[in-house]
Amino acid sequence: MGQKIERDHQRFRKIVRGKVKSNLSKYISRGEMIGKKGKDLVSIPLPQIDIPQFRYGSKGSGGVGQGDGEPGTPLGPPQGEGESGAGDQPGGHILEVELTLEELAAILGEELALPRIEPRGKKNIISRKDKYTTIRQTGPESLRHFKRTFKRALRRQIASQTYDPNLPIVLPIRADKQYRSWKEVPQPQSVAVIIYMMDVSGSMTDEQKEIVRIEAFWIDTWIKAHYQGIETVYIIHDAAAQEVDEHTFYHTRESGGTKISTAYELADKVIDARYPPDQWNIYCFHFSDGDNWGDDIPHCVEILTERLLAKVNLFGYGQVESPYGSGEFYEYIHELLSERENVIASRIPDREAILGSIKEFLGTGR
Amino acid sequence: MGTPFNTNLPPHLQALKQEIEGYAREFGLDFFETIFEVIDAENLNEVAAYGGFPTRYPHWSFGMAYEELKKGYDYGLSKIYEMVINNDPCYAYLMRSNHTVDQKLVMAHVYGHCDFFKNNAFFAQTNRKMMDEMANHGIRIRRYEEKNGEEEVEAFVDRCMSIDDLIDIHSTAIKRRDEVSRYDFDAEKEDEIKATRFKSKDYMDDYINPRDAIKAEEEDRKKLKEVATRTFPEHPEKDILLFLIEYAPLKPWQRDILSIVRDEAYYFAPQAQTKILNEGWASFWHSTIMTQKVLKPSEVVDYADHHSGTMATHGPRLNPYKLGIELLRDIEHRWNTGKFGKEYEECDDLEKRRNWDKKLGLGRQKIFEVRRVHNDITFIDTFLTPEFCGEHKMFSYAFQEQGEQYVIESREFEKIKQRLLFSLTNFGKPWIYVIDGNYRNRGELLLKHQHNGVDLKMNHAADTLANVQYIWSRPVHLQTVVDGKPTMLSFDGSEHTTRNIGEGDDSKRNGPTKGR
Repeated sequence: MGQKIERDHQRFRKIVRGKVKSNLSKYISRGEMIGKKGKDLVSIPLPQIDIPQFRYGSKGSGGVGQGDGEPGTPLGPPQGEGESGAGDQPGGHILEVELTLEELAAILGEELALPRIEPRGKKNIISRKDKYTTIRQTGPESLRHFKRTFKRALRRQIASQTYDPNLPIVLPIRADKQYRSWKEVPQPQSVAVIIYMMDVSGSMTDEQKEIVRIEAFWIDTWIKAHYQGIETVYIIHDAAAQEVDEHTFYHTRESGGTKISTAYELADKVIDARYPPDQWNIYCFHFSDGDNWGDDIPHCVEILTERLLAKVNLFGYGQVESPYGSGEFYEYIHELLSERENVIASRIPDREAILGSIKEFLGTGR
Repeated sequence: MGTPFNTNLPPHLQALKQEIEGYAREFGLDFFETIFEVIDAENLNEVAAYGGFPTRYPHWSFGMAYEELKKGYDYGLSKIYEMVINNDPCYAYLMRSNHTVDQKLVMAHVYGHCDFFKNNAFFAQTNRKMMDEMANHGIRIRRYEEKNGEEEVEAFVDRCMSIDDLIDIHSTAIKRRDEVSRYDFDAEKEDEIKATRFKSKDYMDDYINPRDAIKAEEEDRKKLKEVATRTFPEHPEKDILLFLIEYAPLKPWQRDILSIVRDEAYYFAPQAQTKILNEGWASFWHSTIMTQKVLKPSEVVDYADHHSGTMATHGPRLNPYKLGIELLRDIEHRWNTGKFGKEYEECDDLEKRRNWDKKLGLGRQKIFEVRRVHNDITFIDTFLTPEFCGEHKMFSYAFQEQGEQYVIESREFEKIKQRLLFSLTNFGKPWIYVIDGNYRNRGELLLKHQHNGVDLKMNHAADTLANVQYIWSRPVHLQTVVDGKPTMLSFDGSEHTTRNIGEGDDSKRNGPTKGR
């Protein structure tokens, strides 16, 4: 019997697999999830295949609900299929699951079959962390466990026959109160820094930057799931490089030429100054349309091979396609691939390619 | 059932079953023999994914349902407590890991459902051996898969599922037309064409029934008859699945699969038709049996927690359990106190109305009657009162085009009732009929959407039409209204077309409201 649903489920997964990826990439592409990043909450829908049926559209539709509110109070956009109904059937098929970033990372890892990152050794510091896993009789009121407290109070009142069902007032006394409490758990801590570099020369358009932003969001999500402490460094460059904050990183537009080596040079400096490689796991990602000043290329390769690559866990080069860029830089990085194992080069021509590119970057488990 | 896992009822649950079954009978519930099976969460998710039938035919959509249930369970978002199958004997599933108090509640709830299945008029026509029938369906479809290939059969099942709601739920109770027999050759009946002759003596016959007049009348009748037979089907047909089964050029296995899907649709239809009443009835009884008979003091809190969880309304959504139980309680109260009938209705003294009590004590009797004769639509239509709507803070909402969202529309009783009934009528789905099976005299199929204010979801309509076309094999057309304009959607097997059609044309093609 278990086999039976297994077969149907596998069948569903198989049909969806293409769809899962496109579904997920559709959501990644929408970029809306980033908006919720601050709250550490992201909602992703379940993969669903909708069998088409004759049904009503949203226009002119409505239904009946229950609760407070004046006429005109908005109830939110139609969910799923704009199904109204009396709540008798589960509306559309979309079940929104609120996920933490860790869960999201786990799903990303599962969907893309990503290996877990193995932090490099000896940088692990042991720290202690409080986990709220136990209950105590004493504690500060702010940690009072409401449900347990009231349950105990109700139980006591029923037992002592002071509970009147017609006047169901439950009053906890001192002895009923329960408090959340914590245990200290030792946690090995490994820290990482992600250095994002982006070409902001004139040839990069907003669409390219949006792709970079989405890709960076997912890389962040994944790497964060494996480290306790993460720092992020943003470097933009045209013919010169500078370190900027996140907002500036995504919103700057320069018109100058391109000298990639300046960015690598700066990244190297930042690492030396602030992130000694024996204490930090270092990830570098560089996004560009691949158009570089010809004379600069040997210099780039030199910085990479002789300095940068020895210090980082991973160097990823993502090449977006702009209407102007020639994209020849990709070939040079690509050549390094066979020599150095911590270099990845990936092309990201459009939004659909983001998922594949993430897999290329993170599929190494470094 | 022959299921490999151990479903036997452990002794303590067996004892509970006997106890609760006894109380249920004491209260007057009348049900089929009920078999409880105890299974693990994972298996419960599986059975639930198959709509309660572990032997159901294979299809990925059940795998999809399973994934949703499983993820919901794994993330701790949802949990199935109870599942009961309309069958004789009734099968009900209990989750092994549930607390004893939960098991008690579920059992009491299940007996409410079983009573409802057995006694509600809308379940009267359902197959009570569906457990076996579903297994047969499964075997047949598996056999077709072996013979014709999984992909092909699955693709056909997909198409059938796309139209499995195009049935006529009332046809089980009303005979709209004779069954079509393939061997019925004496179509024309002479009498119908013959003109009416008045009784007369022989010598007067030529004067009373003049030959010319008779002849002319017979001609007329013949013409009328021809016109009538030219339309096919004679009356707009709502059971589109039946029409396709009877007339579409299908291979035998395809015809059989379509019949299977139709059978199952008719089997499940009453459950959708009576969701509010059925769940309300079962909840009414679990609450009555638990609070009056079964609960131990130590279980009260957990029971209350569980019960209130089930009755909770999530956001603005109506909870059928809540609506059903409250409405039944309201009815019981009204019939106990006599808050019904002319005298009560005409009383406009609010204070008097509130304290109205004729001490009739008819409440229990009344709700038993309600569970026998009503479905959700008639239930709401008959018993929803303005007082009830006010007390339960009900409101109607509508889609607002500017904001692309739903907003609260009104708290007026009439508006609420109308919206609620609309959402229940025809399961809240559009009304589609077969108008002509020989459209344009080219064997094309003409469907009509009886428009009642809400347009179809167009992308879905086009895809669904394509599925109908595959089954019909000739081009198909759907007459509907888009943005107030009569519109014809067509699919000829390779191309979708949408065109406006004039009002004149529309009125000539009779809608289903006008019989021919």
